[in-house]
Amino acid sequence: MPDVVTEVEQAGPAAPTAGIAAVTACARRLLPVASVITERARLRTYECDGLAHYRVTPALVVLPESAEQLAQIVHACAEHGVPFVARGAGTGLSGGALPHAEGVLVVTSRMRAIREVRPEDQRAVVEPGVINLDVTRAATPHGYYYAPDPSSQQVCSIGGNVAENSGGAHCLKYGFTTNHVLGADLVTPQGDLVSIGGAAPDAPGYDLLGAVVGSEGTLGVVTSAVVRLVRLPEEVRTVLVGFESTDQAGAAVSAIIAAGILPAAIEMMDALAIEAAEEAVACNYPAGAGAVLVIELDGPSVEVAEEYAEVERLCREAGSFEQRLATDPVERALIWKGRKSAFAAVGRISPDYIVQDGVIPRTALPEVLRAIAELSGSSGVRVANVFHAGDGNLHPLVLFDETVEGEAEAAEKVSGAILDLCIEHGGSITGEHGVGMDKAKYMPKMYDADDLDTMQLVRCAFDPAGISNPGKVFPTPRLCGEVPGRRKGVHPLQEAGLAEAF
Amino acid sequence: MPTATLNDTAREAVASACEDVREGGAPDSVDGTPVGLVARPRDTEQAAEVLRAAAAHQLSVVPHGRGTKLTWGLPPRSADVVLDLSRMDQVLDHAAGDLIVQTQAGARLAVLQDVVGQAGQRLVLDETVPGASIGGTLATNTSGPLRMLVGTARDLLIGVTVVRADGVVAKAGGRVVKNVAGYDLGKLMIGSYGTLAVVTEAFFRLHPVPAERRWVSVTVDDPARAHEVTHLLVHSQTVPSAVELDWPATGPGTLSVLYGGTSDGVDGRVKSALRLLGSGASVSDEEPVGWGVFPWQRGQTGIRLTTVLSGLHDVVAAAREVSASVRGSAGAGVLHATLDGDDVATRLGRLREACGRHQGTAVLVDAPVDVKQAVDVWGPVPGLDLMHRVKDQFDPEHRLSPGRFVGGI
Repeated sequence: MPDVVTEVEQAGPAAPTAGIAAVTACARRLLPVASVITERARLRTYECDGLAHYRVTPALVVLPESAEQLAQIVHACAEHGVPFVARGAGTGLSGGALPHAEGVLVVTSRMRAIREVRPEDQRAVVEPGVINLDVTRAATPHGYYYAPDPSSQQVCSIGGNVAENSGGAHCLKYGFTTNHVLGADLVTPQGDLVSIGGAAPDAPGYDLLGAVVGSEGTLGVVTSAVVRLVRLPEEVRTVLVGFESTDQAGAAVSAIIAAGILPAAIEMMDALAIEAAEEAVACNYPAGAGAVLVIELDGPSVEVAEEYAEVERLCREAGSFEQRLATDPVERALIWKGRKSAFAAVGRISPDYIVQDGVIPRTALPEVLRAIAELSGSSGVRVANVFHAGDGNLHPLVLFDETVEGEAEAAEKVSGAILDLCIEHGGSITGEHGVGMDKAKYMPKMYDADDLDTMQLVRCAFDPAGISNPGKVFPTPRLCGEVPGRRKGVHPLQEAGLAEAF
Repeated sequence: MPTATLNDTAREAVASACEDVREGGAPDSVDGTPVGLVARPRDTEQAAEVLRAAAAHQLSVVPHGRGTKLTWGLPPRSADVVLDLSRMDQVLDHAAGDLIVQTQAGARLAVLQDVVGQAGQRLVLDETVPGASIGGTLATNTSGPLRMLVGTARDLLIGVTVVRADGVVAKAGGRVVKNVAGYDLGKLMIGSYGTLAVVTEAFFRLHPVPAERRWVSVTVDDPARAHEVTHLLVHSQTVPSAVELDWPATGPGTLSVLYGGTSDGVDGRVKSALRLLGSGASVSDEEPVGWGVFPWQRGQTGIRLTTVLSGLHDVVAAAREVSASVRGSAGAGVLHATLDGDDVATRLGRLREACGRHQGTAVLVDAPVDVKQAVDVWGPVPGLDLMHRVKDQFDPEHRLSPGRFVGGI
């Protein structure tokens, strides 16, 4: 247990240590022994998220079980100026949950109750540690599901989805996490628990929730989310279409969109990505294809039937040489297997790879693909392409072998050049993986100083002390100046005897 | 009212920022608040010049698009300068293949729909107030029947350019639908009543205009029936584009469901709806009268009621009890009500209780000034402290539309 003397003695540069000691003491009062991790070996289990080449060992890991506990821990962090990073399932691909060496990692995996499933209201209320797919599993018996479906949906958590504004294959039609989270309980970086948004639409006041979703944990920690449940479609048809080239496949995508059809998903894979998927999961995609499309149509049966006939014709006219239609869940799963395994599958054809995530206007697809091929050709770095073609979200997989000198650097260079292409074409440096630690350096290429300064006004409003996931998203923090509305009196939790000021 | 700060030097500064500046007269007043100057910038840069001049001279600024909803919210405490965006009326870029449009904020929503309609596309936002601009639609977050289909402005806006109170121009988001780089400032601007910054340009995602549209309507004479019909439709697999209730203060109401899609698809879905609704339902290719338009005239008493779907019956019953006319998206749990006669405070209170029982709110969006001043316009607003902090960062001197918004913001 730290005491006041420790803090005084270590005032100045060593203050974080005293702060960590104080937060540790607070956590020990609130949580079972196993939920407060301080031993270095165990801390190291949390040193990275899904982007494993950034590693930082946190000073403390806590696993709160309730919003109140989490709020008190964050309050203790605020009190002592200790940075904290929230982490859900740790599957993020941009280093958004990378720990802070002098900070606390707040893991929400013990907060995994689905508190309410209310099909009548088309809502569910879930805690941040709930696994994405479990929301759908709980809603399906009532004829409903949770629409955002990132490829990692079997393991990723709602808290992480909210932080990253996760997408998925079906966001072409159904939108992203931000369109499906309607309310939240938020622990502010001061440790206050506030409700924002709500189960009913259009809560009065600023749309704070709209700012929080996708803010990558820099505006606080969500401890409960009200999510929208969507009625299961009457029919789903998934079609796998083989083309000789990505140009043909791209033309088919454009023709479908131009025909006024909005499929639930349109995914594309190029030859190298197909090769990898075949090696990994033997998905039996059309032999010799230069590109495949996975197109999914859903909705009322009659509507789907009519749209399918149109899609079939448009693909044929664009030069498809094979089309396979799946109408039952087993056949559908087979088609999706190749696509969903694509990232991991690349491990079969390359010892190391970078998963890139960039966005371009859909119509720029052929041009950008050619430019990527040129980059690959001139550098000798192989690039496998997987994309959400319907919304122009590219996931180039840049292949390399770390044991060969220079390959990692060359791959990094190609990967960065692909983002430059996205920006040149008016797109984005990330469509769904987030900025996190990995892409903060690219933010000034996409936004100018005034844009970034203005975004950080929001940061200053929520987190003037800059302790909530510092160092992520923005390459340079903004000085917030005077701290508005900073609490002067005694914190209610202290007053209630729940927390103690050191 | 124009403050003492609007002296000759300040007037000159504003006049030199923009070639179209005139003295405010009685017709310019914003909900009863007299206006000092009216500036009509031609582009974002000029709007920024005006805001910089206003900042240098501590002037209050009330932005507006076409001025169709200036009686919404509370009257501004002061309006030294009205920033009228009506000259910024260009639809800048319609990229049909990408299903996106870029527009200036002063463009009328109807004009934008004409432009994108030529390619068989639409911005799925109803023109609930005739003549409304894009900027005003965003600032007040209006929505109509089609919100059931793809949501509201927050679900369609993908990029914004704003001018801050200090005249700095900033953008967020962009021209691609899928984009998680940086904070989504657009969402903060939506429904902010011009109190955070001035939106000057916007990017939206578009949707195809359906080949076929058809309405199925049924008469409802008690709130339980309205509730029941709504739930039959929203929990069906017919994917309604809209489920609207229109119920005048006297007489029966009408519940209408809209289907849009392919020709065979709409046929099939209409048949399914008819099976659900039973005899007495009628089918039409024509939009029902009053479809998508708020049930009150500018400056009359208009209230937005929201509820989770299970509370629909209770909220509609409360509206009947206080003799309110209601029209709105029963399927989304958002109704717009208007009240004739006196005692708005008590009746609003009753409505607020009913909505509150179902996690919803009742907001007095429009009303004569004396009515607004006698009641709590916004009702309880959770998170108000954070909202004040956001305001303090964006507009530390509280010069943008001061007082129009929640909590005196």
